[in-house]
Amino acid sequence: MPTAAPAAPLTSTTIDGAIDHLQATYPKAVSADNREGYGGIIVESAQLLDVARFIRDELGFDYLSSATAVDYLGAGDHMEMVYHAYRSSGGGALVFKAQTERDQAEIPSLVSVWRGADFQEREAWDLYGIHFPGHPNLKRILMWEGFHGHPMRKDWREAYYEEEQKPFDSRWPGGHVHRAEEKNVFGKNVSYPREIDLSRLMDTSESAVYQSLGLGVDVERVMDKDGFETNELVVNMGPHHPSTHGVFRMVLTVDGETVTSLEPVMGYLHRNHEKIGERNTYLHNIPFTDRLDYISSMGNNHGYVLAVEQLLSLGRRYNQPTYRCEVLRVLMVELSRIVNHLWAIGFWLNDIGAFFTPVLYFIQERERILDFFEAVAGSRMMCNYMRFGGLFGDLPERIKSVSNLTNDRARDYNTIQFLTEMVSERIPRTIDELEQLLTQNEILIERSVGVGVLGAADAINYSAAGPLLRGSGVPYDIRRADPYSIYDELDFDVAVEDAGDMYARYRVRVKELRESVRILRQLLPRLEATKGQSIWADGKPGAYAPRVPLGEAYGRVENGKGELGYYIVSAGGKSGTSNPWRYHVRAPSFINLTPMGIMSQGYKVADIVGILGSIDIVLGETDR
Amino acid sequence: MYGTGLAKGLMLTLRHFVDSYIDDIRYGFRKYSHSVDNFGIRQGTQTKGVITVQYPDEKVAVPERFRFVPFLIVEDEYHPTRAGKDWCTSCGICAKVCPPQCIWIVRGNDPATGRPVPEPEAFFIDIDICMNCGYCAEYCPFDAIKMDHDYELASYDRTTHHIHDKERLSKPNSYWRSIAPTRAYEEMLARGTWEHKDAAKEARRGKSSSRSAPRPAAKPAPAPATKEAQPTPEPAVNAAPAPAAAAEGTTPWSEDDAKREERRRKALERKARRAAKRGG
Amino acid sequence: MDLNLQELNATEFPVPAELENNIAITSLSQLYNWGRRNSMWPMLFGLACCAIEMIATASSRFDFSRFGFEVMRATPRQADLMIVSGTVTKKMVVPIVRLYNQMPEPKYVLAMGACASGGGPFKEGYNVVSGMDKYLPVDVYVPGCPPTPQALLYGMIALQRKIDGQSIANGDDVPWYGAGSAEPTPVPVLGPDIIDPRQMDMIRRQAERAAQELVTLGLRELPAAMQMVPAKAAASAAAPAETAPVDGDALAFVLPAGGTPWTEAEDIREKRRLRALARKAVRASRRASTEEE
Repeated sequence: MPTAAPAAPLTSTTIDGAIDHLQATYPKAVSADNREGYGGIIVESAQLLDVARFIRDELGFDYLSSATAVDYLGAGDHMEMVYHAYRSSGGGALVFKAQTERDQAEIPSLVSVWRGADFQEREAWDLYGIHFPGHPNLKRILMWEGFHGHPMRKDWREAYYEEEQKPFDSRWPGGHVHRAEEKNVFGKNVSYPREIDLSRLMDTSESAVYQSLGLGVDVERVMDKDGFETNELVVNMGPHHPSTHGVFRMVLTVDGETVTSLEPVMGYLHRNHEKIGERNTYLHNIPFTDRLDYISSMGNNHGYVLAVEQLLSLGRRYNQPTYRCEVLRVLMVELSRIVNHLWAIGFWLNDIGAFFTPVLYFIQERERILDFFEAVAGSRMMCNYMRFGGLFGDLPERIKSVSNLTNDRARDYNTIQFLTEMVSERIPRTIDELEQLLTQNEILIERSVGVGVLGAADAINYSAAGPLLRGSGVPYDIRRADPYSIYDELDFDVAVEDAGDMYARYRVRVKELRESVRILRQLLPRLEATKGQSIWADGKPGAYAPRVPLGEAYGRVENGKGELGYYIVSAGGKSGTSNPWRYHVRAPSFINLTPMGIMSQGYKVADIVGILGSIDIVLGETDR
Repeated sequence: MYGTGLAKGLMLTLRHFVDSYIDDIRYGFRKYSHSVDNFGIRQGTQTKGVITVQYPDEKVAVPERFRFVPFLIVEDEYHPTRAGKDWCTSCGICAKVCPPQCIWIVRGNDPATGRPVPEPEAFFIDIDICMNCGYCAEYCPFDAIKMDHDYELASYDRTTHHIHDKERLSKPNSYWRSIAPTRAYEEMLARGTWEHKDAAKEARRGKSSSRSAPRPAAKPAPAPATKEAQPTPEPAVNAAPAPAAAAEGTTPWSEDDAKREERRRKALERKARRAAKRGG
Repeated sequence: MDLNLQELNATEFPVPAELENNIAITSLSQLYNWGRRNSMWPMLFGLACCAIEMIATASSRFDFSRFGFEVMRATPRQADLMIVSGTVTKKMVVPIVRLYNQMPEPKYVLAMGACASGGGPFKEGYNVVSGMDKYLPVDVYVPGCPPTPQALLYGMIALQRKIDGQSIANGDDVPWYGAGSAEPTPVPVLGPDIIDPRQMDMIRRQAERAAQELVTLGLRELPAAMQMVPAKAAASAAAPAETAPVDGDALAFVLPAGGTPWTEAEDIREKRRLRALARKAVRASRRASTEEE
């Protein structure tokens, strides 16, 4: 493995062994987390850097999956950073935490150990106000510079605040309707701090962006040189740009056509998923997860449901989901992976110049799959299909049933027949066509081979995930590395390519499409075999307000875009609360952007959109 | 040789181009006819090439489970005693499970006693907030709130149009049975009777205690229709709903629907005659 | 696209049936509207989930080019229609207003989906604008989360109908022919929270109030502490003490004239209308003076 330290035995110990070893090495700094339902260790923040280096180098946990903050207001009144580190060779997580005071929260930055912590720490600063000494570029990431307060803190209230937790009492039984803006003085979703200075209202959000590029806001001075020497120029791409896959923005510094540095600017679609998620009940969050990575909503459902089931399993009377339920889940997830990859490849081609011909072919196939989703789950995109311990419903008998509405046209298919035709004919045919159209295409090869290179060591260190990681030669797929659901009994290969460039990522996606079809083929007989089995773990639909025991859980799945993780802290089910205390999404699209800067250095401006497309981001997930 | 990859790709686009014409030849003029099975094939798994749905003229049928905004079920005129009554008992579960909290219910109170009655006094859904998740319909214990299939809701003014009140939300039971026959039937089986839980309870109570008027009244026409409909499926009345409704065959209200269809057809004929007369 | 002459025919001038495909007698307004509504170019502008459905609508299965929404233009200068497809955040509304200002008139805004119409499921979020119409005049709202392609098509046809209803003789309908250039919508400022320049006076008034009475502007209030367990009980126990004064103050504040918060978003339209009326008055007086002569 690239990150040094071939000290053999330690890097393959069990998690418990690793924790024991840590405690032996740092007896003062490391203590076990003994809170009910919690796991892992708590590290003194003074020694955090040393311990983190030890964890990475000696114990071999070289992949930092998630770093997030939790605000324990009222329960110890402290803030906590929670880190999940994995081995890139596979296995479970080493969870370690560092605590700090709420006022003047400060935890040393781990960017020097794992570059992948970069954006996540910035997010923690932005939303929680935790300061990270040692961070190279600590500024707000989702909100704008100058925004008042750190909104994810438990005592921070939004302008339309109604109650701490849903369901709101005003809805029933005396639910006299009103719109939230009617109650706000300004008629808008705004509130200003008392110390607002109206005399000098300036948009300060932009200057911060440019300052980090080593430029003042005063661009003229830079431009004012004479002679023929080239000047570096700052170019803004986005947030409204046809090929940024949404409202994403990149601030480039270019020397001629060559990019010398790139600064991703995001938050243009930050719709407060996590804040809303903490007001929501557990059940409420499922349809909200649909809207994270809205291309593959089934995968989002799956990760969230797994995380909550992990928490539920801490309590008594918990039943595993039935086999049929698991089969259906994997079926849906693999179909949405196909949708995701088709979409990703198609729009990546748009970015590098194959304008819309391939994409339209792929969207045709996607429409068929969406038809299936619509028939099964009720909606084309926002499937909201999975439930805790079950599913919304079993496969319907027919894919389109007839309704008497107006002059709608019927397309009546037996569901299994439709699925079989899709899996055995249409989807493989589309993949073949895709390969015929693209894989040998000389223009494509010239545009993409050797562009946007990310080495294996960097990929791991920057916490890249999904095709981005596997395209760099790291065979890390959670379905194999840390199996969940029924993936351990399914036969498929981890797609991997060594080159680390755009073309390699494309190849990985094509391979994964084929592997998904292979998985789907194995699922069809299983569907037949389990026909008639209940889809509910308890034999009947689950309660709408399940009691979730005290504790924390981190559920992760291999989504189309990479590792999608949900970190959930439950405040306890004994008191009857069914709302998560902390709900965090480890978004692959967000963290995969961390290496965007180094990946694009030295390439041409025209390559940048291609590199971004090859990462495959979706803004709903990036900004949450 | 350089360029072969390109040429191969271009061959593919050519093949797609040719395929769509081959499809045209295969289907001939049926391309322009709006027959049901033709459309089904062309939007299904069999077709090659690219076929556009001519939207306002023809529409892709939505599946039964399709969900758009919710509506409330009201007993229709076929029910002898409860016609016009809500199925909703204002228990508030839909308001509780609603993720964005867009449902507002005022529980009804008996003006005389002040005690709550199982009927909503007011019911609002703000469709500017609704996320079409379908939880309200899924968790409603009385099958009283359902997800509508009508997606054509665009308006010019949201202040007046986008908070649906009870009047706007209420739709007859027969409407639900028409848009989702299979599911309505399954629900009926789960409830144990074709009508609302409360009505069923009342009927049972009436049966056990007095055996008088309510019983024959509470056993109206649709029930026997079930038995008839099962062995001999209704023939197609209008083109669209024919095959599946016939295939399901078990819906107890198909006779009602047939009557209504008959009436509708006659009305249309009359209309056509009038139009012809005017034209002449 | 076939030229469908029949749809151009004005009802008051009947054309013989055999000439229906060759001749159309129409009014200037109708011709003008027909041209406009059949060449409505949307801006290539995706915000969130709805954008994916918008792309699906543009792609071959639904294909909105059939209605003259021919090509999506990436630049606002070539676009007639802005489809606000997705959640509008405070950070994003600044570029959106700027883009809107750059679109040439006549321009239309279609709010696609619940979020763009009124905030949608994310309405309560701190970074979410609860409806595009808080900042721009919206012509058509398409509800749904997300609207299916067919629902969007329906909304687009509704927009065409709206255009059909406009008359070239009425200054209200075609304000872009008025004297002078259209005033741009003021671009919001990202301060401590987003600030709509049109509300500056009100914010100032509130700020003065706040300075005297020590209340927060808007509804934000920081409670001292909150018990974690049991959360619901803590919330209800803490809520009355915390929120009561806030609510009281909020309600004591004077709501803007008209009472509805979204009225001021329509002030652009109102301004247009006033200008049109003024022009009408000028024309009328001119006509009156010529008649006198």
